[in-house]
Amino acid sequence: MRIELERRARQSAVFAFVSPLLALALTVLFGGIMFALLGKDPVSALYSFFIEPLLEVWSLHELAIKAAPLILIGVGLSVCYRSNNWNIGAEGQFTVGAIVGSIVPIIFYDWHSPLLLPIMMVMGAIGGAAYAAIPALLKTRFNTNEILTSLMLVYIAQLFLDWLTRGIWKDPAGYNFPQSRSFVTEAVLPEVLASGRAHYGIVFAILAAIAVWFMMRYTLKGFQVNVLGQSERAGRFAGFSGRKMVWFSMMFSGALAGLAGIAEVSGSIGHLQPAISPGYGFTAIIVAFLGRLNPLGIIASGFVLALTYLGGEGAQLSIGVSDKVTRVFQGLLLFFVLSCDTLILYKVRIVFDRVRSAPTKAAS
Amino acid sequence: MIFEAILLTVITASTPLVIAAIGELVTERAGVLNLGVEGMMIVGAVCAFIATKTTGSPYVGVLAGIVAGAAFSLLFGFLTLTLVANQVATGLALTILGLGVSGMVGESVVGQPGIKMQPIAIPLLSDIPVLGTILFRQDIFFYLSIALVIGVNWFLFNSRTGLKLRAIGDSHGSAHTLGLPVIRTRYLAVMFGGACAGLAGAQLSLVYTPQWVENMSAGRGWIALALVVFAAWRPWRVLAGGYLFGAVTIGQLHAQALGIGLPSQFMSALPYAATIVVLIIISHNRRTTLINTPASLGKPFVPDR
Repeated sequence: MRIELERRARQSAVFAFVSPLLALALTVLFGGIMFALLGKDPVSALYSFFIEPLLEVWSLHELAIKAAPLILIGVGLSVCYRSNNWNIGAEGQFTVGAIVGSIVPIIFYDWHSPLLLPIMMVMGAIGGAAYAAIPALLKTRFNTNEILTSLMLVYIAQLFLDWLTRGIWKDPAGYNFPQSRSFVTEAVLPEVLASGRAHYGIVFAILAAIAVWFMMRYTLKGFQVNVLGQSERAGRFAGFSGRKMVWFSMMFSGALAGLAGIAEVSGSIGHLQPAISPGYGFTAIIVAFLGRLNPLGIIASGFVLALTYLGGEGAQLSIGVSDKVTRVFQGLLLFFVLSCDTLILYKVRIVFDRVRSAPTKAAS
Repeated sequence: MIFEAILLTVITASTPLVIAAIGELVTERAGVLNLGVEGMMIVGAVCAFIATKTTGSPYVGVLAGIVAGAAFSLLFGFLTLTLVANQVATGLALTILGLGVSGMVGESVVGQPGIKMQPIAIPLLSDIPVLGTILFRQDIFFYLSIALVIGVNWFLFNSRTGLKLRAIGDSHGSAHTLGLPVIRTRYLAVMFGGACAGLAGAQLSLVYTPQWVENMSAGRGWIALALVVFAAWRPWRVLAGGYLFGAVTIGQLHAQALGIGLPSQFMSALPYAATIVVLIIISHNRRTTLINTPASLGKPFVPDR
């Protein structure tokens, strides 16, 4: 038995829509099997993982808090990946965005002004973009592989944050806890609705997704991204510069990751601490692919992945499985997304080999 | 003998890098870019640790690490070779899944003391002063790493099968036309890479720090990937590069212990910064990189029918 692929004459529009849903279904199915292997009742485990978080208002707010960074980063990454630049260091750009955005509220601790938040957000985005400019510079100037450099920079950014929060930025009145002073109220991103904690991060995320969707669909820049991504040669004939695209796509995605970082720190944490992200930068890679690199799809997939975080936390309490289940679900989901995407370009056939019968025929 | 002691720790730090990188080198020579080294490594580490804990024998652990790494790499093989999924994204998926699975599986043994693998002294040779203790009184991983470098170098450049593998990596279309089994060879190369990554992971949880800590591979899989680029896809240079990185890692640890003025976080960032610097030095000459890179690296292959 073997699997044969036959290239479709054109992309299948049906499967472009169905394949992410199929991937989700398969992930849930395998998740159920996994829970059964762990000795839990699969149905009730899946229920408390995927459904329970959706039933209460406060947990919907938590969902929005977690979806915000995922969507923001994922939307930026989709531009990068469409242009065939592989920024996988969003986690580091998120961290540096949080650090740079926190400079003003930490150093000018007593400054109260409505200008504070806008300054923080802009500085966060600049920080993220500048950090993403490093792999862009190395790629355009020295031909270095951006996958490896952007990833190495993640470790460096995390160690830098660790040093800051245990060192010069440690709260002098913080009982020696490794964290900065808490931000003043003017530096805290306000809540969107009176009913819960969800802050303006989710609004940024959805606005960014819509703006990028518009850019990709209706502007020359978006066209350039797609052309250069599909064939750099074709892009060059059209007069587009692949080099400039490296800079643009890396810094654009870095800026959104940096904005996500400062929004997270100012909106839901309220100070800097050594660990500010449960891997949002990496999970956003899955978000981008599950959303089929389409900004509007990414809004939906951002909420799905946020649900895996929330479900993991809930499942830990209600059914006593490890919160590591979250990562497993996320990994499985990316696997199934990638395998189901094959259906868009190819017809998949399972062939049952009958090699043995052929020579017999020839002999007779 | 402080010098001797330092050299021994350098070897311990370098060995997993060399092993993981040599496996990835073979995979890439066959034209497949597997970015999941980190994931396969961590799965190897946790499986080796648990197998050692249950059976009491670190050698069973080594075997478990190898088998786990190879089995895990099959997932990558199926997606990228059979279903022609994007290799970059699938490699990332392998790493994410590996970190998750290993964290979940290893949760019950976090912080438990492990069994450290004992060195094997080679008779006569190990009695040579200095050199003997350094080179011939080592654990099995060191010997295996050297054997792998020699073996892979011979296989790639002196054997018929190795020639075919390189041909497949350089031009899968022509190789297929010549009747070489492209997909099968790539599956085997991917599994070899996975087995090596698993072995490297086993070294981490049986020798380097004989216990299980979540995410204990700490980016070594990625450094191994950079090493392959650094080595320009040549086995002996993997050995040299591995020891360079091992020396940087150990150097920063000793510098921290001596209490030099820099904060420890800056020193810990050194191996990662060194990776970037080395990548710059190696890649800046575009032409030499192009000559050395297997031409089909990362490109999907679908046989015509």
